[in-house]
Amino acid sequence: MATYDQLADDSAVIVDVDNKRASKPKDRVWNGVTIALLLIMAAVMLLPFVWLVTSSLKGQIEIFQYPPQWIPNPIHWDNYTNALTAKPFDVYLINTLKIVFLNVIAVVGSASLCAYGFARIKFWGRDFWFGIVLATLFLPYAILIVPQFIIFSKLPVPQINFPLLGITTESRNWVDTFLPLTIPYFFGGGAFNIFLLRQFFRTIPEELADAARIDGCTELGIYWRIMMPLAKPALITVAIFTFLNSWNDLLGPVIYLRSPNNFTVAVGLASFRSLQSSRWDLQLAAATALIIPVMILFFFAQRYFIKGVVMSGLKG
Amino acid sequence: MTTQSTLKVSTSSSRPRGFKSLSSTQRRTITGYLFIMPFILGFLFWFLAPALVALYLTFQKYNLISPPQYVGLDNIQQLFKDPLLLLSLKATFLYTLLSVPLSLLLSFFLATLINRQFRGIAIFRTIYYLPSIVPAVANALLWAWMFNTEFGLINVFIRALGGTKVAWLQSTSWAIPAFVILSLWGTGSSMIIFLAGLQGIPDIYYEAAEIDGAGRWAKLRHITLPLMSPIIFFNLLLGFINTFQVFTIGYLVTNGGPENSTLFLVLYIYRTAFRSQNMGYAAALSWVLFFILMILSFITFKYLGNRVYYENPGD
Repeated sequence: MATYDQLADDSAVIVDVDNKRASKPKDRVWNGVTIALLLIMAAVMLLPFVWLVTSSLKGQIEIFQYPPQWIPNPIHWDNYTNALTAKPFDVYLINTLKIVFLNVIAVVGSASLCAYGFARIKFWGRDFWFGIVLATLFLPYAILIVPQFIIFSKLPVPQINFPLLGITTESRNWVDTFLPLTIPYFFGGGAFNIFLLRQFFRTIPEELADAARIDGCTELGIYWRIMMPLAKPALITVAIFTFLNSWNDLLGPVIYLRSPNNFTVAVGLASFRSLQSSRWDLQLAAATALIIPVMILFFFAQRYFIKGVVMSGLKG
Repeated sequence: MTTQSTLKVSTSSSRPRGFKSLSSTQRRTITGYLFIMPFILGFLFWFLAPALVALYLTFQKYNLISPPQYVGLDNIQQLFKDPLLLLSLKATFLYTLLSVPLSLLLSFFLATLINRQFRGIAIFRTIYYLPSIVPAVANALLWAWMFNTEFGLINVFIRALGGTKVAWLQSTSWAIPAFVILSLWGTGSSMIIFLAGLQGIPDIYYEAAEIDGAGRWAKLRHITLPLMSPIIFFNLLLGFINTFQVFTIGYLVTNGGPENSTLFLVLYIYRTAFRSQNMGYAAALSWVLFFILMILSFITFKYLGNRVYYENPGD
């Protein structure tokens, strides 16, 4: 559909208040119903958040009270410090940030290179390979967890200490290092990101590249000096969604990370739950703490979230 | 002399001499392949190679410690007499077939609700979208608490309205519906996709229909739905693929229980591979997942694909 690109650029759907159609008097009843529904749905959507935060601030006794109190008394701020010190969450946080950092670098660099090739260079076999990109988009990744694990458990690692990648002198293979969770992203950065960036590169006028070519710029130069700066909004979108995926991932870290020193926040929280299943106050405080960075990111980069969602869904 | 001067030129240029002597088509092809090389290598290493390993493993008994042992069709035969696989398929299908259509309906409904213009609508859009960015692990913990039989908010409401409490997560018949409700909360992304689609429909279509006397229902049925059908179709397909691979909630909230009623297929594969160390059978189970999703996608394409209305065919 022709409107897709244009829609994708109309990124700030949430923040925009557009005035397309003025309501007519006969629509008043309908408007009243709509506003009532809007408010009810807003309450439904918000209640779990409110419930989460109040529960996370209750004491061990108050949390098991019926009927529940909505405003905790006394407010147990110490749940947060207790939850976050019950396990070495600082270590988990550093591990998560390392993985997130590597993945963002890998995806932005690798996906943009491939996307440029698919978007701007006409070469023999391009459509074939792009077809494979689209096919992997629909491939359920879960079918590969077992064979990928076997492969990673056979791949050697150097016998050195390399904390950024979670490698210690005791590592025998890629299992229990950050390698399986990061290295694959350097190879293409995911079909979806290639697709998204390719669509964006195609909207940039060809004349810019032609002018640079006449001045003797190589393709790599055009990619780096012209395309990448112009594609910044799309790259930020890709970076944000890569951040979210790595931050939220549980299956990957649960499979590959064995020693607690290498746990991510998500795995740490999961193991915390299995050990202290009755301490709801602490579990919920830790869960809230996991949500907060994502919320902060959302409020600073709302338009990029929306852009990413819109671009992901409107490809038809 | 001449050879020397050409040599000089080629060393000063950033490209090797051989590259310059090629035709522009050949040069483009080499450059193109260099750009997409990461993807090609990634495809070979992390897709094709694992697929071959999975094929190999399907006919082996392998526990990661002793060397793989050829067992012929044992793993395949096992699939047909495995009661856990049956339970696992039941849970996964029930969850997918409830969650995907209901999520689509709800997100479409929410999108039409927020597709209007007045001051403050942005707040509603933000509120409806927020749940979808909650990390899966936090989401699982939050809803485990929401569905707690004695103290969870859901039962608090049910009891306040005079109902009797439901043992959501301890009951084989209520655990999956609980997960479906959980999934409906995070339906914000498809809502945004629908909203963007709705805003892309030109007003003149509706105005023309109004002149012809079309009511709300007629406009929805004859303008909105046909124009939105590619987006609906795409969301449905990706919804099936993603929902069928549900793992986190089954792993964290119920741990597959009660009585394996939430043993989702990916959770079962995970347990078979990494708890029972039965890599061969886990690979066979992965193929089950693969073929079911292929068939599901094929059915979706066959029966819904040709009902999709494209404004500019071939675009």
